[in-house]
Amino acid sequence: MSARHSMPHLVRRERASLTVKLLAPLFALAGATLVNLLLYVAIGKQPGAVFHAMLLEPFLSWASFSEVLLKLGPLLLIAQGLAIGFRAKVFNIGAEGQFILGAIFASAIPVWYPEATGAWIWPAMLMAGAAGGALWATITAFWRVRLNANEILVSLMLSLVAAQVLNYLLLGPWKDPNGFNFPQSVMFQYDAMLPLLFEGTRVNVSLLIAFLLSGLAFVFMQRSFPGYRLEVGGLAPRAAAYAGFSEARAIWLSLLIGGFAAGLAGAAEVAGPLGQLQRSISTGYGYSAIIVAYLGGLHPLGIVLSALVMAALSIGGDNAMVSADLPIAAVRVFQGSLLIAYLIATAFVRYRLEWPSASTGSRA
Amino acid sequence: MNAVEFILAGMLAAATPFLLAALGELVAERAGVLNLGVEGLMALGAALAFIVVYHGGGHLLAFVAGGLGAALLALIFAFVTLGLQANQVAAGLAIGIFGQGLSALFGKTYESLTVKGLPKLALPGLADLPVVGGLFVQDIVVWLSLLATLLIWAGFAFSKLGLVLRAVGENPKAAHSIGYPVILIRVAAVLFGGVMAGFAGAYASTVYTPLWADGMIAGRGWIAIALVVFGTWLTGRIFLGACLFGAVSLAGLAAQAGGVELPSQLLASLPYLVTILVLGIISSNRRLLKLNGVASLGEPYKP
Repeated sequence: MSARHSMPHLVRRERASLTVKLLAPLFALAGATLVNLLLYVAIGKQPGAVFHAMLLEPFLSWASFSEVLLKLGPLLLIAQGLAIGFRAKVFNIGAEGQFILGAIFASAIPVWYPEATGAWIWPAMLMAGAAGGALWATITAFWRVRLNANEILVSLMLSLVAAQVLNYLLLGPWKDPNGFNFPQSVMFQYDAMLPLLFEGTRVNVSLLIAFLLSGLAFVFMQRSFPGYRLEVGGLAPRAAAYAGFSEARAIWLSLLIGGFAAGLAGAAEVAGPLGQLQRSISTGYGYSAIIVAYLGGLHPLGIVLSALVMAALSIGGDNAMVSADLPIAAVRVFQGSLLIAYLIATAFVRYRLEWPSASTGSRA
Repeated sequence: MNAVEFILAGMLAAATPFLLAALGELVAERAGVLNLGVEGLMALGAALAFIVVYHGGGHLLAFVAGGLGAALLALIFAFVTLGLQANQVAAGLAIGIFGQGLSALFGKTYESLTVKGLPKLALPGLADLPVVGGLFVQDIVVWLSLLATLLIWAGFAFSKLGLVLRAVGENPKAAHSIGYPVILIRVAAVLFGGVMAGFAGAYASTVYTPLWADGMIAGRGWIAIALVVFGTWLTGRIFLGACLFGAVSLAGLAAQAGGVELPSQLLASLPYLVTILVLGIISSNRRLLKLNGVASLGEPYKP
């Protein structure tokens, strides 16, 4: 294009260097941090205290870092599943609902068989949870493939329905009769709990599973043919169709993987730190994981890092609530602005800004 | 008052938040931009408007504040997607989460407080009709929303502006080559959508249910986006769809009042279930979607 520009404009890079790609998330983090600290000043909080509590404290003691690891598990699991779909341009944003269904399916075992004992119980719960999440995602896949309905809207609506299903169970049939009318199930028996990974912390084996599945996601997306087919379907749907890669298959696979991972995370949450089915089983993991997936560049390794950042942010937000009187909503604001900042930063990975040149002769 | 009268009387007010947000989204989508952040825009508009009314600023100022606040947020979305050509889905989700977070942050000290709504104005004569009379007793915002619907319909049907907007959404390259500023028009459409979503939120928190609670938008922004699909991008059908959702959200109350024994959770899920169902029915008619859909929807455009 030879048109001369009078305003700064974006020029596509021939190829994005790896350094720029790696720097983008860091710039995004720095930018979002700065904007949010300014916001805290505006609402009359001490920015220094918030910064310390939110971004440093999570890493300063083993006790709080172990809590970060506890949050890391579900975020990592869900985001790895979602990213596979996002790369195939299948936008499953209903992980929250798939997580809830996973928690419900897993809880069915200890709720129905509270006296059961044996080492089979928690593995069975994890499997039931994964199946529940995948089953819930099946509805979205069917609606998209057979009825041509937009998967973004259907999966989100199903999340809102899932929250009501959970409410129904906890206020009705699954309410703990000795629970002083609180909307929660009975406490699960010992064998329904995931084994701990480190004594003295709440970190359990689900973290190992999350890392294991991250490794699998890496092999699947970066090294396998089915993963390649998914990616081509997302990048160049017509080329994929020409090559005989089925779109319906890609949609089913994306949604089932996403639902499976989110359901597994939901099961691990009730069989892990909670030990019962509660109304507040998820603190928005399903939505946060969308941000984790993008922030990690939809790459399995990047997601490990971004999940760690988001987990730390969440624990840091709890810290800041206690020590710096920061409203907990500030965490959601930070998360949202982090994704916005990332999208801005990645624009400069794909493009570079060119200022109108002062010398009249040069071509823009 | 029987159930039919109850639903007829309340339907338009219940439909208004859906209608305003969906009309705004319609304009943005017609120009080719898919903004999935409506839920967050509505939440921010609702929080700001509530705060203004609570401190005695009045409803007019509240709607201005809600509309402006949401427009500012929409401006960020426009900058990221239209200025920097970022993925519209990701940007919309980010704006949605950001807006909901901001609304919770600003609204924190107002949780569960209430304000006074707006008086209802009756159309003389029509309001006294049997059964349907309730339809003609509405607050000023409902009347203005009906007017806005009419104006937008006429704008698309008869005005040059409507034609240009559609051209930009159908074929941005062609629109650009005959001299229309595609990006500017899209930014304006997104801002219009932001203002309308802000109004929708303001109506929800200061008129329809004049109280503030975190998460009070409860998926209505998402249903508004679905309504644009239901209406196959046509103003009249979107209006009918909004009325349907107004009626559905009242049907639950009517059923409960009538002594029908249903779990309250089922009633709360009713709008979401209806959305899923209708979305399936309408979308399975691929010809209908193709006929009225927007060709460049969601695709970045670089002049």
